[in-house]
Amino acid sequence: MPEDWENGGFGLYIHWPFCQSKCPYCDFNSHVAASIDQKRWAAAYLTEIDRVGALTPGRVLRSVFFGGGTPSLMEPEIVGAILDRVRATWPTTNSIEITLEANPTSVEAGRFTGYRDAGVNRVSMGIQALNDPDLRALGRLHTVKEAYRAFDIARGAFDRVSFDLIYARQGQTLDAWQAELREALSKAVDHLSLYQLTIEEGTAFGDRYAAGKLRNLPDDDLAADMYEATQDICGEMGFPAYEVSNHAKPGSESIHNLIYWRYGDYAGIGPGAHGRLTFGGRRFATTTPLAPGAWLDRVEKTGTGALPDEGLDRPDEATEFLLMGLRLTDGVSLDRLSALSGDRFAPRIAALTDMGLLEQRHGHLQTTDAGRPVLNAVLRELLSD
Amino acid sequence: MTDLSHIRNFSIVAHIDHGKSTLADRLIQETKTVADRDMKAQMLDSMDIERERGITIKANTVRIEYPAQNGLTYILNLIDTPGHVDFAYEVSRSMRAVEGSLLVVDSTQGVEAQTLANVYQAIDADHEVVPILNKIDLPASDCDRVAAQIEDVIGIDASGAIRVSAKTGEGIIETLEAIVHHLPAPKGDRDAPLKAMLVDSWYDSYLGVVVMIRVMDGVIRKGDRIKMMQTGAVYGVDKLAVMKPKMVDIKELGPGEIGIFTASIKQVRDTKVGDTITTEKKGTDKPLPGFKPSVPVVFCGLFPVDSAEFDDLRDAIEKLALNDASFSFEMETSAALGFGFRCGFLGLLHLEVIRDRIEREYDIELITTAPSVVYHIFMKDGTQRDLHNPADMPDLTHVDHIEEPRIKATIMVPDEYLGDVLKLCQDRRGIQMDLTYAGSRAMAVYDLPLNEVVFDFYDRLKSVTKGYASFDYQLTGYREDNLVKMSILVNDEPVDALSMMVHRDRAELRGRAMVEKLKDLIPRHMFKIPIQAAIGGKVIARETLSALRKDVTAKCYGGDATRKRKLLDKQKAGKKKMRQFGKVDIPQEAFISALKMDS
Repeated sequence: MPEDWENGGFGLYIHWPFCQSKCPYCDFNSHVAASIDQKRWAAAYLTEIDRVGALTPGRVLRSVFFGGGTPSLMEPEIVGAILDRVRATWPTTNSIEITLEANPTSVEAGRFTGYRDAGVNRVSMGIQALNDPDLRALGRLHTVKEAYRAFDIARGAFDRVSFDLIYARQGQTLDAWQAELREALSKAVDHLSLYQLTIEEGTAFGDRYAAGKLRNLPDDDLAADMYEATQDICGEMGFPAYEVSNHAKPGSESIHNLIYWRYGDYAGIGPGAHGRLTFGGRRFATTTPLAPGAWLDRVEKTGTGALPDEGLDRPDEATEFLLMGLRLTDGVSLDRLSALSGDRFAPRIAALTDMGLLEQRHGHLQTTDAGRPVLNAVLRELLSD
Repeated sequence: MTDLSHIRNFSIVAHIDHGKSTLADRLIQETKTVADRDMKAQMLDSMDIERERGITIKANTVRIEYPAQNGLTYILNLIDTPGHVDFAYEVSRSMRAVEGSLLVVDSTQGVEAQTLANVYQAIDADHEVVPILNKIDLPASDCDRVAAQIEDVIGIDASGAIRVSAKTGEGIIETLEAIVHHLPAPKGDRDAPLKAMLVDSWYDSYLGVVVMIRVMDGVIRKGDRIKMMQTGAVYGVDKLAVMKPKMVDIKELGPGEIGIFTASIKQVRDTKVGDTITTEKKGTDKPLPGFKPSVPVVFCGLFPVDSAEFDDLRDAIEKLALNDASFSFEMETSAALGFGFRCGFLGLLHLEVIRDRIEREYDIELITTAPSVVYHIFMKDGTQRDLHNPADMPDLTHVDHIEEPRIKATIMVPDEYLGDVLKLCQDRRGIQMDLTYAGSRAMAVYDLPLNEVVFDFYDRLKSVTKGYASFDYQLTGYREDNLVKMSILVNDEPVDALSMMVHRDRAELRGRAMVEKLKDLIPRHMFKIPIQAAIGGKVIARETLSALRKDVTAKCYGGDATRKRKLLDKQKAGKKKMRQFGKVDIPQEAFISALKMDS
């Protein structure tokens, strides 16, 4: 019998923490730095690949994901050096997916062929909105025209291109979003991430919201209408949702992100990168220092970026398995759930099924179309004592 | 012992913040009763809550020795009385224990409703009243206007009013001289049987119960066997002292003197304010007039937020009750809130003080249910019962009629806010009894049902008058009215802790306000929730809380698993702070917030 994580696979996440500017809605670990010594950073990543490789010998790598921050600020040579070391460290699947997140500016588009030559086979572009005033409001540095130009370059360079949009923006109407979404789908290659704007604490938007200065945000009902419309339009145009916020042509789902949602193992390298690694049947949560300087220092001075691991017990694992897996349209495997938690959840599942929020199909437990938009409430109920 | 002619006993009457405590501090300081290095602000207010809120809950006393300008030294006994209407009876006893009062009025503000109520108590007790115009150091001080107002509103001569700044010390000597020369000396017969009034009592963790007394006739000595005339209990006096304001032992207290004793009394409950203390043998058989047992007038349920803290709550309540005889409690079980206590209080301030002390000193989070007054239920079979809790309302078919307590409320307000105040009183079923003006201030007297006042009347009054109104009330009696029990149903389940007694004509309005409030206070659930107000089986107001439509994290990737898991664990703990009614979680703050009316 395979270990639990093997049902989800194994991937590698590499975090590049720098951006040209910080977007007001973003609560990711991203920083604006005047100058970056990319060679030093490359050396540190290689050290970390060696360290993690020694812990996970022989595991078959399905994906590599360069996230950030803005990884499209990395020199293509450095991406190339990292990927060479990755291939030398782990066996990889034939269909390995290597994604790099990119901002759609002309400067970055100029590096796309370089990334392709280094081995990247998929880009995910942060386009975010299809009108200039909204792009400015979101603190983006590109225009719609520039984004489309960069997107065309990306389509020329890569078979697989995804892009992100943010909706439920300030002052956005349902009609405006539907029109924008149709336009986006008409351009889309194989994948779209459609995120509802979330006001996070500790961001510029969060501060403005707390001060009562972030006006005209859609109320819950309008946001729900937008979400429903998104499901309908994407389904109708051949991009069904396979996860809460992710849509793809069937077969073009992100291999890397599926590892997270299917609760596989993943190694995280770079400042603040999280991982889940299984050793001897026990899954560990791995972390690294959040601040870029602290991480670099630690790797250079001690040879490891790792902070002490947190061993997860079975209930923790079950919680994570459900909170990640129920995001997927396919849901979670009931066999894996019972292996992790026995029949502990059975009464709650039955109650939520009666309420029309969960259903069971082909050996999987899934949220229904009614349950997925209220997944947090479903999880609170499911996981309550 | 001190010769009667060299004793002066007095209290200070003032509205909150008019400077009573500061004046008392200054008198203590000027006479060197306390060394400067030991002075702290509000010497006489010992509880944190007293200092913090600037209110006095327990009576207190201080004995001041003052060498007057005539060359004689006088003993001045100040009794610091509670200033709030909740403690009106206690105030009246303190007033009977002294012969005169200083009426302190803030010369930048003028007379307030609370000043009136207390000064009338002083006048009722036949006091000489010396008006003091305080805060003359402030630019806004207007002594002539305020003196005229004292004469107009209170009807006492204010031509000799002393102008004082308790802050700078100006006028303090004049005040001390006025106490000596304008206030009468006490009377009393040293050779008569002991007759002392129990002014107040409190629990001291070292000494046990400490009893404050004013000796009227006779002498009390350490070692005496004394008898409390109301309870009949007999004790031996272990310690006899005067307060300076630290306790200083004394051999005896004679007529006109004020001091404290201890006598191995276990509970404050065993001492009744206003009781007469005499000697066991050869005592008097004529108690002092005016004794009344203390009767709670406002009741509410106190439940621990965390039901595991029930035993801690019981412990806290029992300890507080040791020191507060006027506070009553009995266990209560609510279908909604589990185990708690139904508690009775002298009034709303008393309720708040006790609740604050439980939360603060014992660190127990509480759910407080709607305050209720005591209704008299007259049954068809001729019997009568008191209703302390709407949940206990008997079947209406057996009820003949219901009576509710009424109050006489006195409200003083600048006339620009008068219209709003009259409307508020009208909305609360008030009947106007009097309306007079003194300068630009109006005084409105209303006959109001107490149940319209117990919850948020004072908050509303402050809000419609921007804080400029002052308010006081006294209970006047019971009157029959058309009262009904209104129940609240959430998802078709009655929530007992939200049921309340209302006037039939006000029921729709209150019911509507309640269900609208609850709709905002209860978070959306995964299903829609009807919220109804009903009288008997008849629904009088209804709202529907629609089902939650969107609650999902937009982005959740590998780096979010830990944070999301910890958030869910935290929410699990938060859910314990909600009370579940059927399938519905109601947050604790809903129980009080739902009752607040916006008008």
